[in-house]
Amino acid sequence: MIPAPFEYEVAESVDHAVELLTTREDAKLLAGGHSLIPLLKVRLARPGTLVDIGRVSGMVGVLDAGEHLVVGAMTTLSDLVADASVSVGCPLLATTAAQVGDPQVRHRGTIGGSLAHGDPASDLPTTLLALDAELVVRGSGGERTIAAADFFVGFFETALGPDEILTEIRVPKTGAAGTAYLKFHHRAIDWATVGVAVVVESQNGSISSARVALTNMGPAPVRASAVEAALAGADRGAVARAAEAADRGTDPPSDLQAGADYRRHIAKVLTRRALTQALS
Amino acid sequence: MRRTTLTVNGVRHELDVEPRELLVLALRDHLGLTGTNIGCDTSSCGACTIHMDGQSVKSCTVLAVQADGAEITTIEGLASNGEMHPMQSAFNEHHALQCGYCTPGMIMAAVGLLQENPNPTENEIRSDLEGNLCRCTGYHNIVKAVRAVAAG
Ligand SMILES: Cc1cc2nc3c(=O)[nH]c(=O)nc-3n(C[C@H](O)[C@H](O)[C@H](O)COP(=O)(O)OP(=O)(O)OC[C@H]3O[C@@H](n4cnc5c(N)ncnc54)[C@H](O)[C@@H]3O)c2cc1C
Ligand code: FES
Ligand code: FES
Repeated sequence: MIPAPFEYEVAESVDHAVELLTTREDAKLLAGGHSLIPLLKVRLARPGTLVDIGRVSGMVGVLDAGEHLVVGAMTTLSDLVADASVSVGCPLLATTAAQVGDPQVRHRGTIGGSLAHGDPASDLPTTLLALDAELVVRGSGGERTIAAADFFVGFFETALGPDEILTEIRVPKTGAAGTAYLKFHHRAIDWATVGVAVVVESQNGSISSARVALTNMGPAPVRASAVEAALAGADRGAVARAAEAADRGTDPPSDLQAGADYRRHIAKVLTRRALTQALS
Repeated sequence: MRRTTLTVNGVRHELDVEPRELLVLALRDHLGLTGTNIGCDTSSCGACTIHMDGQSVKSCTVLAVQADGAEITTIEGLASNGEMHPMQSAFNEHHALQCGYCTPGMIMAAVGLLQENPNPTENEIRSDLEGNLCRCTGYHNIVKAVRAVAAG
């Protein structure tokens, strides 16, 4: 399968990429290409110009900024898995990235592409939502910072404007909190049928706060607020009961992978397991 | 057309490619390196796995222009001085192939796996070869071959 023809430009800097996005008709960014190229091949995407940001310097790597990590949008998933500051400061980011696709996919796929694509079955958006991360984007109107909770707007839809580039992600360190990302997927399909990310702060078995987010339980990742509320101030014995509320307020799809009812069931089971793992 | 430089198995090539040209087709059709197979053509099977700047990638999901300036290794580049690479010998010895269609990609993925993790457990081998599908062998002998190379 061969993509339809397109113009191709290599961006030299973020500003250059913004300029190309603004001036070219129907331009689209190309990062690792592992979501976009398959779409080009089946011609579901037919951009006029591809703006390759794979050679922009300064968009790759992780910086330890004290309270949080600054992750360049072009950092590959395999580099996230291997990064020492990630495994110390925010291991949840590494354990989530390690569950994406296979090694070849992780060598090319980037965190920025994974977030900007807005696929409800993607893993990293859920984890960044549970981590209360912030996304820094730049466009012709300048730079702005968007909370993860406001970034994932809908089905393959994000808060990014047509001329905006996601440049970096600010991820708060998790310190002593227990964390986990678990997903259930079809044997031959890597994407999550359902996934759950949890960040739990506790002391001597008593939970001070829990943040729980779900993958593929609606058109965009969602927080399981009923579970979070049930756990705040509770002890660890409350986990099983609280997890029963995991599907409250969600709107899971029915598709070839699973029906909505089945997804609701898996969400509860995975939430219980993830909380138990994070607290152990 | 866009001038693109690829160093493939140590040899530098300058190609004029359309931006939409896939790396796997540049290797097969422009350079005649047909050892790299196309299986699914949808990023799933790993038959097209090569190394790009030292990392395993699926060449059906990379544009040739994205690889401009890169060092590429294909299955043809593994043997040296007429001697098979240890992974190739191990696949032979452990009967890790039947029809052979998945084999070039499987070997490139396996070599990449050991570069990143020289002493993998059996489970790690199985999960790191997740992106490579084999319709014949049932994987068992492939895992044996990789273990044999890791053990030295
Ligand atoms: C076989 C296979 C298995 C996979 N399995 C999983 C899985 O299990 N879980 C999962 O979550 N994902 C999975 N993926 C998806 C993979 O994680 C994504 O393809 C990848 O992370 C997206 O990043 P990319 O760099 O390839 O983006 P690209 O494909 O280059 O871009 C994707 C989209 O984001 C836009 N974009 C890219 N970067 C930016 C930026 N910095 N700013 C603004 N817009 C941008 C592009 O314009 C495009 O619309 C899989 C992919 C494949 C091929
Ligand atoms: S042909 Fe590239 S992954 Fe199957
Ligand atoms: S040997 Fe036939 S597909 Fe693997």
